[in-house]
Amino acid sequence: MSLIEGKFGRNLLITSVDQVVNWSRASSLWPMLFGIACCAIEMMATAASRYDWDRLGLIPRATPRQSDLMIVAGTVNAKMAQVVRKLYDQMPEPRYVIAMGACTVGGGPYFKWGYSVVKGVDKVVPVDVYVPGCPPRPEALLDGIVKLQEKIRRQTISKDFEVPSPDTVQTAALY
Amino acid sequence: MDGLQVVEKLKAAMPEAVHGTGEFARQHWIETRDNRAKGVLRFLRDDPELAFDALMDLTAVDYLNQGMPERFGVVYILYSFKHGGYFRVKAWVPESDPKIDSVHDLWKSAPWAEREVYDMFGIVFRGHPDLRRIQLPEYYTGHPLRKDYPLRGMGERDTFPRYVREEGA
Repeated sequence: MSLIEGKFGRNLLITSVDQVVNWSRASSLWPMLFGIACCAIEMMATAASRYDWDRLGLIPRATPRQSDLMIVAGTVNAKMAQVVRKLYDQMPEPRYVIAMGACTVGGGPYFKWGYSVVKGVDKVVPVDVYVPGCPPRPEALLDGIVKLQEKIRRQTISKDFEVPSPDTVQTAALY
Repeated sequence: MDGLQVVEKLKAAMPEAVHGTGEFARQHWIETRDNRAKGVLRFLRDDPELAFDALMDLTAVDYLNQGMPERFGVVYILYSFKHGGYFRVKAWVPESDPKIDSVHDLWKSAPWAEREVYDMFGIVFRGHPDLRRIQLPEYYTGHPLRKDYPLRGMGERDTFPRYVREEGA
């Protein structure tokens, strides 16, 4: 959360600042290079020349400290969940999470009786956009990114905007 | 050296340790007991005519209710870079006291494989320098590759602890 966030009420000035802030946030979403399983192959395809997410302003960063967006691409098992949470805590705010693929959305094929898989990454980090599919095609991931950009453009830095607590998944899903 | 020759040599060298032999598709193996396994493996590594200098894999099989001598079989797959050729050693480990000597001092590839066997089967390796779970988290209870582990899990779907910021590992 930035210094001016949540300090002012809604007024005319804020709307213009909102436009600038949201425009910059939405058009330079730097994702973290972080692929866990097979969904990462599709994520790489999305980053490569054919689908080319650079044109949406996504430049992959190799460290969580420079990233705004974490795309959880792949099955999160119980041991990896600790790492996912650690990386999320290292990202500076504002930070966004896309859950890519059936496994991260809700456990996927391991939902019923898998003994080692976390049933949805939203038990670990708050998720902004869910992209279903097994794995989702690059078009689906691009659609998820565009959805996230639309969501960012609806944000405001005024008091009315409730910044979701990192620990309440429900808030993140609703706002 | 041919697998059959390895078996014959082992039988001649330490007849009390060889509890059984087998052959499938021209691959030979011997079966031994948990307390004899390390001696057999050391012989296989150190004998200059055998020189099995690589432990390619170390795993285990659960023979629950299959009429085998013991419930668990710890399997060592060896390879000799000097002479070429694989050899397999199976050590029977009883269910009541699932312990076997670690071979971390014979091959450097052993510790992680032994940790995995411990994680999945609950077989304790005596003398292992760092016997912790390797693939499942520390708080996990049970050993999921055992055949009597419940097929529907032990409630992992409902009991997963939510991570919050203060606890972020």
